[in-house]
Amino acid sequence: MSSTTATRAANTPQANAYAAGKLPRNSTLYVLLASWIVTGAVFLVLQLSGATSGFNIVGTVFFGTVLYCVAIYALSYAVEGVRRAKDRLVTALVTAAFVIALLPLISLVFTTVVNGLPAFLTPTFFTESQRNVVGAGGGALHAVMGTLEITGVATLISVPIGLLAAIYLTEYGRGRLAQAITFFVDVMTGIPSIVAGLFAFAFFSLLFQDAGIRFGFGGAIALSVLMIPVVVRSSEEMLKLVPNELREAAYALGVPKWLTILKVVLPTSIAGIVTGIMISISRVIGETAPLLIISGFTASMNYDLFSQRMMTLPVFVYTQYANQGTDTQAYLDRAWAGALTLVLIVMLLNGLARLIARIFSPKLGR
Amino acid sequence: MTSVVARDRIRAPQRPGDVIFSTATVVAGSLILAVLAAVAGFLLVQSLPAFVAAPADFSGGFTNFWAYVWPLAFGTLWSALLAMIIAIPLAIGIALFISHYAPRRIAQGLGYVIDLLAAVPSVVFGLWGIGVLAPLVQPFYANLVDWFGWFPLFAGPVSGTGRTILTVAIVLAVMVLPIITALCREIFLQTPVLYEEASLALGATRWEMISMAVLPFGRSGIISASMLGLGRALGETMAVAMVLSPSPTVLFQLLTSQNPTTIAANIALNFPEAHGVGVNILLATGLILFVITLAVNMIARYIINRRKAFSGAN
Repeated sequence: MSSTTATRAANTPQANAYAAGKLPRNSTLYVLLASWIVTGAVFLVLQLSGATSGFNIVGTVFFGTVLYCVAIYALSYAVEGVRRAKDRLVTALVTAAFVIALLPLISLVFTTVVNGLPAFLTPTFFTESQRNVVGAGGGALHAVMGTLEITGVATLISVPIGLLAAIYLTEYGRGRLAQAITFFVDVMTGIPSIVAGLFAFAFFSLLFQDAGIRFGFGGAIALSVLMIPVVVRSSEEMLKLVPNELREAAYALGVPKWLTILKVVLPTSIAGIVTGIMISISRVIGETAPLLIISGFTASMNYDLFSQRMMTLPVFVYTQYANQGTDTQAYLDRAWAGALTLVLIVMLLNGLARLIARIFSPKLGR
Repeated sequence: MTSVVARDRIRAPQRPGDVIFSTATVVAGSLILAVLAAVAGFLLVQSLPAFVAAPADFSGGFTNFWAYVWPLAFGTLWSALLAMIIAIPLAIGIALFISHYAPRRIAQGLGYVIDLLAAVPSVVFGLWGIGVLAPLVQPFYANLVDWFGWFPLFAGPVSGTGRTILTVAIVLAVMVLPIITALCREIFLQTPVLYEEASLALGATRWEMISMAVLPFGRSGIISASMLGLGRALGETMAVAMVLSPSPTVLFQLLTSQNPTTIAANIALNFPEAHGVGVNILLATGLILFVITLAVNMIARYIINRRKAFSGAN
């Protein structure tokens, strides 16, 4: 037995028992490039023959990747056998899935920036409202103000309630009530945003007996309904991370429980809590549907949360798109500029949140 | 007697600060339950007039509330289902890529990138869907109808704008991807390393390791993550309202200009101009949506919580 293998190895001098039946190292890369070039050539021929107008780069990448999946499977099947072939195919598919998910993100950010910049850079965009503006010109100051006020009030309502509820769940809660709150907080994170708006409308129209009620504070209530569960979840996770030894050390020194929470537990986890709050703000600041329902839309400035319709940025984007006047391009430009503002705010909040988490996170071994 | 005294727990003195603070936390916690009950209660009270509304109050020639809400409920479920068919395989692939394929050092950064998708406001998705995606896929739809028009789902005539329910489903799929991905990723990462190493040591390829160790372990997690994504897709409003060109019908065709709309989009489009009983009717459809999403979310959370008990993750 051993002698036959030995002779066979001697007959084929380059055969390496460990590298036999394996594709060369960079073969995946070469196969991928080759399949893109082949499909690119096909589309080039199609373009030159006049079947398609312009070079179809999306099609090249897409069909090239499909071709790659087939090619790598076939090659690997021939050289390495069916198990390796399947493995390589799945690797290709999984990587492709990730790249596919990136495409909409890239396309979205790109189009928002390109379409939004013209109106975004006009000097009046952040200094004027849409009052008496027909066609081009005007700005989104009223919407920016409305968004800041409504989101600010929603934050003021949600943070104390959410934080206290999180403290209850981690520090006090035992038994049925805590279980119920945990469960329904999770369920509440899934409430559709428009239902929150309908709730605020139903509540305030009953309260004030006004069937057509629209005002900014109602929007803040609707946003808090969406925001509280997010704040509870993130704060709870952060409070759970505080080591029990810290609490026990405080108790041993005779510190009352409430002071322990205020002076030991909260300061230890404050960075994570702030991060969670900022992410929850970035979640609700882009909500359109509830504000469309309860805050309505207007073209004028309105600083008063408690009377009259109030414009917000997401609703501004929607109404500029939905009610295009005669000068369509001006309205679309403003819609994209509003979208760009929103995306910038959201990205900024997310970035800041990550930065705070990175800088202030408790160092190990302290 | 002494034994009883000895068994008594030593109680900390009840200081006013303690009482006030703990009461405040209990009140805040209970307030959340109260809010959820209030959402259901006020919606129910305000929608009662809709159930007995006269036929004249319904737009579109419907005679009663259930006839009015049925096409909307169908559209909601149908678009969400299509979105899930697109999103779930992709999300599992992405989660696997981040948890098991990507280089360790950049895996977390890639996770953040996918999370960024979740932060993009839905109205921006709406603008993108109608400004970029619909024109992009329309020629593709035309080809699909030409070649596969015999297949009932792809029957013509093709929509000239691309604003069909398939486009909506693609936008919805992109919006729910980050939710499903984030949860699946967490669950795949919880797979006991011993299982993975054992299967690799037995000579399994990476895919065999994943299909035999990771996926069975994460199955219930995948189901519940998908249901949470489904809840989001059911309730999504603005993207659907902006992209879809609606008609109040029950139609399965994906590519025509006749598309069933969703409850949420219907409310958003009609609420600003509604008056009288019309408002109550829209609120009642909102109540139906609330009940559907609540049920989906509760089932999902129930599955997650049941799994927590035996996962050994904590």
